[in-house]
Amino acid sequence: MARPMTLTEKILAAHAGKADVSPGDIISISLDLVMANELSAAVAITEFRKIQGATKVWDASKIALVPSHFTPNKDIATATLSSLMRSFAKEQQIENYFEVGRGGIEHVVLPENGMIGPGMTIIGGDSHTTTYGGLGAFATGVGSTDIAAAFATGEMWVRVPPSIKIVYEGTLRPYTSAKDIILQTIGRIGVDGAIYAALEFTGPTVKELPISGRFTMANMSIEAGAKNGIFAVDASAEAYCAAVGKKDYTVYHADKNAEYQDVIAIDCSGIEPQVAIPWLPENTKNASDLNHLTVAQAVIGTCTNGRIEDMRQAAEVLKGRKIHPDVRAIVIPGSQKVYMQCIKEGLAEIFVEAGCVLSTPTCGPCVGGHMGVLSEGERCISTTNRNFRGRMGHVKSEVYLAGPYVAAASAIAGFITGPEQLGAAAPVRAEVTA
Amino acid sequence: MILRGTAHKYGKNVDTDVIIPGRYCNLIDPEQLGKHALEDLDANFVAKAKPGDLIVADTNFGCGSSREVAAVALKGAGVAGVVAKSFARIFYRNCINTGLPIFECPEGVDGINDGDTITVDADNGLITNEKTGAKFKATQFPKFMQDLIANGGLLRYVEKRLQEKAAAAPGQS
Repeated sequence: MARPMTLTEKILAAHAGKADVSPGDIISISLDLVMANELSAAVAITEFRKIQGATKVWDASKIALVPSHFTPNKDIATATLSSLMRSFAKEQQIENYFEVGRGGIEHVVLPENGMIGPGMTIIGGDSHTTTYGGLGAFATGVGSTDIAAAFATGEMWVRVPPSIKIVYEGTLRPYTSAKDIILQTIGRIGVDGAIYAALEFTGPTVKELPISGRFTMANMSIEAGAKNGIFAVDASAEAYCAAVGKKDYTVYHADKNAEYQDVIAIDCSGIEPQVAIPWLPENTKNASDLNHLTVAQAVIGTCTNGRIEDMRQAAEVLKGRKIHPDVRAIVIPGSQKVYMQCIKEGLAEIFVEAGCVLSTPTCGPCVGGHMGVLSEGERCISTTNRNFRGRMGHVKSEVYLAGPYVAAASAIAGFITGPEQLGAAAPVRAEVTA
Repeated sequence: MILRGTAHKYGKNVDTDVIIPGRYCNLIDPEQLGKHALEDLDANFVAKAKPGDLIVADTNFGCGSSREVAAVALKGAGVAGVVAKSFARIFYRNCINTGLPIFECPEGVDGINDGDTITVDADNGLITNEKTGAKFKATQFPKFMQDLIANGGLLRYVEKRLQEKAAAAPGQS
């Protein structure tokens, strides 16, 4: 009889053609989807060309290419990378190529186009590929050479990770979001707390989260060093798949007596809106304890928080208010679909009325690329996922990570704050002496 | 293969953004990338590092982005290898795939100071601190990875897999 397995082990075993697998096993798995953006694809294509016997990709329908990081291209060098990927997509007849203006950030685009489903194995040339675990897929980021190998074979070697189960309990406070839960988690276990491991997110609190919130949490699994982060598939996940037209997937469940490297219980009822201060995502504090810090910029969007639910959270705070005169607020819907939805729901008007930049979808400032790079000494409150030194620009600029509520509230106040502290007081410009 | 050079020692969680900042990720050429290696962690690194030098670091080296150019940038700067207490997993794979030798050795990291001359026998993972004479043994790679490295890396492995598949499916091109 097969050994009891975790959710991640179940998916890996099925894709390796094995009855069971154990942590530490090195196996070859078949891949259901291989994704790259213009940065990872450029190198992957160059490496793919070096493989003797590989002229065609193994299955064009299982490859997705998404220009996202420095697009619309900011300079000639990045335009060249995009061109390389565009030509490859044509040459190999890869239909899932999402051109600028019809796509956005890969981790927002692929799920909303029905390309992600439970039980799939997905690799991406981007570390935040872990996002797709929100729908119960095994998804992990890899470098370009691994992508090249997958283009050719549709396979990848994997060391089966041990799993760490996190059990979330308690009802969330009104302005506490999925971002706050994952920041709190990384604060608890550290940026290497799940190194080489799989994170399995469970418990009644996360069962109540919308799929967008699960994507946010799975997205940041990598910030704890995890290979992948994964949620059990439930009625909400299946409803999401139905809504985006994803069919033909297999639902796996963790066995009751599966072995975990660790089981960690987190009570969510006391979690206040969180902020991770430089230079690591594990440096989490309550937003309310950082009121002494002024901000020059607020970024709302990206693969972590660029979905319509995130836009709604930001708009809820920004509605009828004005961005502080000393702050630039940059709102970046994660995809064209989210962008259109912002227009239809009237969010776009709220953002522009408040004095925000409303940007085309791009990773842009998160990776220090464009659309909001910081100068020396500037501080940014951001819904992105990394606050490493120099991440958003100058080596002496600072990124503070938070959810959309905190980023929006801070943009109004001019200093780091949660929406509750803005007060029920009038939707007018806050007077600030920070 | 014997690696010998000066150890440049750094702390925990050296992330890929400081190994090669995003602003240089529009580059592909190893030499160009190498000019900016570790720029945001240690602005003097490129000036002081000699070809063949090694990096010695604490836990979780290479955390963050999947950018393969991080490993390439270190190679481009002449770094012969990295000794660390642990590596972030994508960076670990990228090093195997790009041929940057890495060694997991917690005791070695504690027994090496910045500026010490060290020798690493890449074949058996034996690390010697020439200054103190202390010797350390790095964790062995699992057999699969040893074979992968010995047989010329991932792309050669892929070529073999493609041949196997073609043989298993006669009549298909």
